[in-house]
Amino acid sequence: MDYLSKLENQSIYIMREAFNKFENLAMLWSIGKDSTVLLWLARKAFFGHVPFPLVHVDTTFKIQSMIEYRDRLVRDWKLELVVGKNNEVLKSGVTYPNGRATRVECCGTLKKDALKQVLDEHHFTGVIVGVRRDEEPTRAKERYFSPRDKNMEWNVEDQPPELWDQFKTDFEKGTHIRIHPLLHWTELNVWEYIERENMPVIPLYFANGKGERYRSLGCAPCTFPIKSNAKTVREIIEELRVTKTSERSGRAQDKESEDAFEKLRRDGYM
Amino acid sequence: MNSVERSANSLPPTEQLKIVIVGHVDHGKSTFVGRLFYDTGSLPEGKYEQLQKIAERRGVPFEWANLMDALQSERDQNITIDTAQIWFHTKKRQYVIIDAPGHKEFLKNMVTGAANAEAALLLIDANEGVQEQSRRHGYLLNLLGIRQIAVLVNKMDLQDYSQNRFNQIEKEYRGFLQTIGVEPKLFVPIAAKHGDNIASLSHKMSWWSGPTVLEALDTFKVSELPKDQPLRFPIQDIYRFDERRILAGRVEAGSIKVGDRLLFCPGNKVSTVKTIERWNAPSREAGSAGESIGITLTEQIFVERGAIAGLETAPPYELTRFKARLFWLGRAPFSKGKLYKLKLATQEVDCEIETIDKVIDASTLETVSRKEKEIFVGRHEVAELSIRTKRPVAFDAHSEIVPTGRFVIVDGFEVCGGGIVAADNYPRRTSDSLHKSHDIYWSHGKVTAEQRTRRNGHPGSVVWLTGLSGAGKSTIATELERELFNMGKHACVLDGDNIRHGLCSDLAFSPQDRKENIRRVGEVAKLFADAGIICITAFISPYRSDRELVRNMVVDGQFIEVYVSAPVEVCEQRDPKGLYVKARANEIKEFTGISAPYEAPLNPEIELPTTQLTVAESVAKVLEYLHVQDADTAITI
Repeated sequence: MDYLSKLENQSIYIMREAFNKFENLAMLWSIGKDSTVLLWLARKAFFGHVPFPLVHVDTTFKIQSMIEYRDRLVRDWKLELVVGKNNEVLKSGVTYPNGRATRVECCGTLKKDALKQVLDEHHFTGVIVGVRRDEEPTRAKERYFSPRDKNMEWNVEDQPPELWDQFKTDFEKGTHIRIHPLLHWTELNVWEYIERENMPVIPLYFANGKGERYRSLGCAPCTFPIKSNAKTVREIIEELRVTKTSERSGRAQDKESEDAFEKLRRDGYM
Repeated sequence: MNSVERSANSLPPTEQLKIVIVGHVDHGKSTFVGRLFYDTGSLPEGKYEQLQKIAERRGVPFEWANLMDALQSERDQNITIDTAQIWFHTKKRQYVIIDAPGHKEFLKNMVTGAANAEAALLLIDANEGVQEQSRRHGYLLNLLGIRQIAVLVNKMDLQDYSQNRFNQIEKEYRGFLQTIGVEPKLFVPIAAKHGDNIASLSHKMSWWSGPTVLEALDTFKVSELPKDQPLRFPIQDIYRFDERRILAGRVEAGSIKVGDRLLFCPGNKVSTVKTIERWNAPSREAGSAGESIGITLTEQIFVERGAIAGLETAPPYELTRFKARLFWLGRAPFSKGKLYKLKLATQEVDCEIETIDKVIDASTLETVSRKEKEIFVGRHEVAELSIRTKRPVAFDAHSEIVPTGRFVIVDGFEVCGGGIVAADNYPRRTSDSLHKSHDIYWSHGKVTAEQRTRRNGHPGSVVWLTGLSGAGKSTIATELERELFNMGKHACVLDGDNIRHGLCSDLAFSPQDRKENIRRVGEVAKLFADAGIICITAFISPYRSDRELVRNMVVDGQFIEVYVSAPVEVCEQRDPKGLYVKARANEIKEFTGISAPYEAPLNPEIELPTTQLTVAESVAKVLEYLHVQDADTAITI
C-alpha cells in the first residue's frame, strides 16, 4: 500500500470512530485546503455522505471568494452548514481591522470565542478539526482524539495515552473532544491527495497574474499571499518540494510574540 | 517549525519508517535528535544560526535540544514533555521521529510514541550508565511489540571515548535485555553533542569501525501489513446509505473478497460477502490488511459494532477469560474486584481481574510482593494476569495476530493500561462451531415447521406488543392468550415484568441493558415460535432497532409487530402500576415516555389505539390478522 493510501485509510478509520462514538458530532470547515480534504475523506468514510453538520466560524473578515466557494459546495454536496459568529464583539467593533484589538486578541474573540459559542449552543461533544502536526510546533504535540475541558482549554502536559488506535472516547459531561484525522499528514501530502483525487480547490491557492498565491487561507486583513508562479496543483507540489519557508508564513497573527500561537491553542483555538 | 515542513516535503513519500527515541531522563534524547537533523541536512537555512542567536540573547549555551522543545514550558523545565513527531530522511527513506520523553511522570507519552513506532533507538548516558528508565523502557518496548532496537551509548566524550566503558555498558544492558527475551540489533557509541558516529564515523573513536547511527537506521525494516494472515475484519459501524446496509471497518489482517463466507464473532453468525464498498475509488472485489472499507452481505443477519469477521475456517477465539501481560499507567491502581472497560479492536466489554499471577517492577524485573488482600497492579508496574470479561470477546494471541491480540483498559474516562493477550491453550471454536451448525440441521430435520403447523392447525409466530407503560399491552396479551387457548391454539405470553424477575434479573434500564433484555426475549420468543407456539410478548421495547433485531431473528412473516398506542397523558392517567407517579417524582430514572425515548413503529403489522378500541375489539383485530377465527365455532368475544 502506498503512503498516501495509508494516510487515507487511517483518517477514514478515525472519522468512523468519531461518528460512532459521539452523538453530537460536527466538523470544522475553514474552507481551506485541509478541511476540504477532511470533507472529502468524510465522503470516503461514509460512502458519499457527510452525516454530521459542518461548522464554519465566520469572522466576517474572510476573503469574499471563500464564502462563495463555501456556499457552492454546500449546495453541490448537500451539506449541512452551521455558521458561528461572535455577534457581540462584531457589534462592539473591538477588532483588529478596526484598530481596536491586536491580531491575537481579534483571533481570540472572533475565532476562539465564536467557536466556543457555537459548540455550546449546539451541544457538540465531538469536533473534527483538520489540524496537522507539521503546521506549527504546538500542533505537533496533538493527539488524534484530544480532550478540551469545560473552558475549552487544552492541557498539553497531561494528555491521554493513545495506543493501538484505541482513542479517548469517554469524557466527562461539559467537556468535549477534538478529533484530528489529518494529524499525520504534511502540507505536501494534502496537495498530493488533492491531485490524486482530482478534488476541487478554491482558486486562491493558485498564482494570479501578479505572481502571487495564497498558501494558507484566513482573514483578509491578516493573511498575505506568497510569491509564486504555481498555477496548478502539480506546480504547487513541485514548489513545496523545494520550499524553505513555512506554510503559515503569510499568517500575521502567529508572529506577534514567540508564543502567541501556543497561547491561543491552549485556550481552545483550533 | 520550518525544519519539519521542509524535510517532510523534500522527499516523495515512498517509504517511511516510524522510530521512537527512548531512554532515561537527561541521557540526551533531544540533543541527539537536534544533531541528527543538522547532520542529515534537514534544517532549513538559517535555523541553526537562529537558534544560536536565541541562546545568546537568553545568555545560555546553545542547546541542540531546543530544536525539539517547541513549547515554552519545555524550554523552562528542560524536559521534553510529549511525543512531538518530526520528519527527516536519509538517502534510503523518510523517517518520522517520535521524541519520547524520559521523565518518569511522562511514561504514558512514551507509550503513546512507542506504540506507534516500528523501531526504537534507546539512549544510555556513558557517564551515568544503565539507569532505572533504561531498563523500564527496554521492557516496555518489548511489551509494545517493538522488535527492532538499537542502543546508542551517548556522551562518550565525557568518558574520553573509552572503548572499555562502551563494552561495559553493552555487556550490562545486553544481559538485561536477554533476561526479557529481547535481542538488540546493535550498540553504537556516540557523542550526540559533537555528532560523533551519527552521520559519519568519528575520528575520536578509531576503535569503532561502524556502523554509524544513520547506517544502523537504514538496516531496520518497514513493518509490513499482515496480508497473509487469517482474515480479521472488526466491524466499526453499520450504515444504511442509499438503500444498502453497509458494514464498515478496517481489514486488520488477511484479505476479504466477494463470495467469502464470513463468521462473525462473538455471536457465531454466518453470512456471505455480497459487495466490497468504496467511494470514489476504483471498484475492486477484494480488500486487504490496512484498508478501511465497507461490505454488504447476501443474507441479512444481526451484527453490530465490535463483531470480528473471520473466515469460517480460521475464526478468532471467543471466550470470557484470557491471559495477558499488561502495563498500568493510571493514577489509581488496577485492582481486583473492580469493574473496568476493556477495548479490543472495536469491542468494548466490562471486565475484571480474575487472578494476578505476578506483578513486576519493570526497572528491576523483580516481582513485587504484596499482602494477599492488597491485590492490584500499581502505576508504572507490569503484570502477568488473567482477565475475565462479562460477555464473550473475540480475540487472538498477540503472538499469532497482533491487531486483535492487544487491548486497553479504561478506568472511568481514561485509558489507564494496555496489554497483549498471552498465548495459552485456549479452546478453539473452529470444530465446535461447525459441529454446532450440524446440530441445528439435525434438529430441524426430524420435525419440520410444516409438520408442526399441520399438527397444531396454525404456524408458530411472535406477536410482539410494543407501546408505553399503561398503553394496555399486558391486558391485551393475557386476553389474547385466553382466547387462543379457548380456540384450541397453542399460545403463551412472555411478560416484561415476569421476564425481568428471572431471565433478565441481571439487567437494568440503560439503552444497552434494554437492548440486551429485548435480545434475550427475542431469542426465547423465537424458540417458542420454532416449537409451533403463538408467542405473545408484552414489552415496552422502546427502540426501533431492537425490535428490528428480533424481526431479523425469525423467519419472514413470523414476526407480527403490534403497536399498542395511547397518548402518554392517557397512560399517565391510567398508571396501573403507579410508575408514572414515581417517574415524575424522579424516583425512577430512564422511564420511557417521561425521561427515556419511545420510538413508535413506522410500519407495524397491526396498530391498536386503545383510546378508541375496547380490549375485546383489540383482541379481535389481532385474531383477524392471525386468520385463526374459526367460522364453525361461534366465538363471542
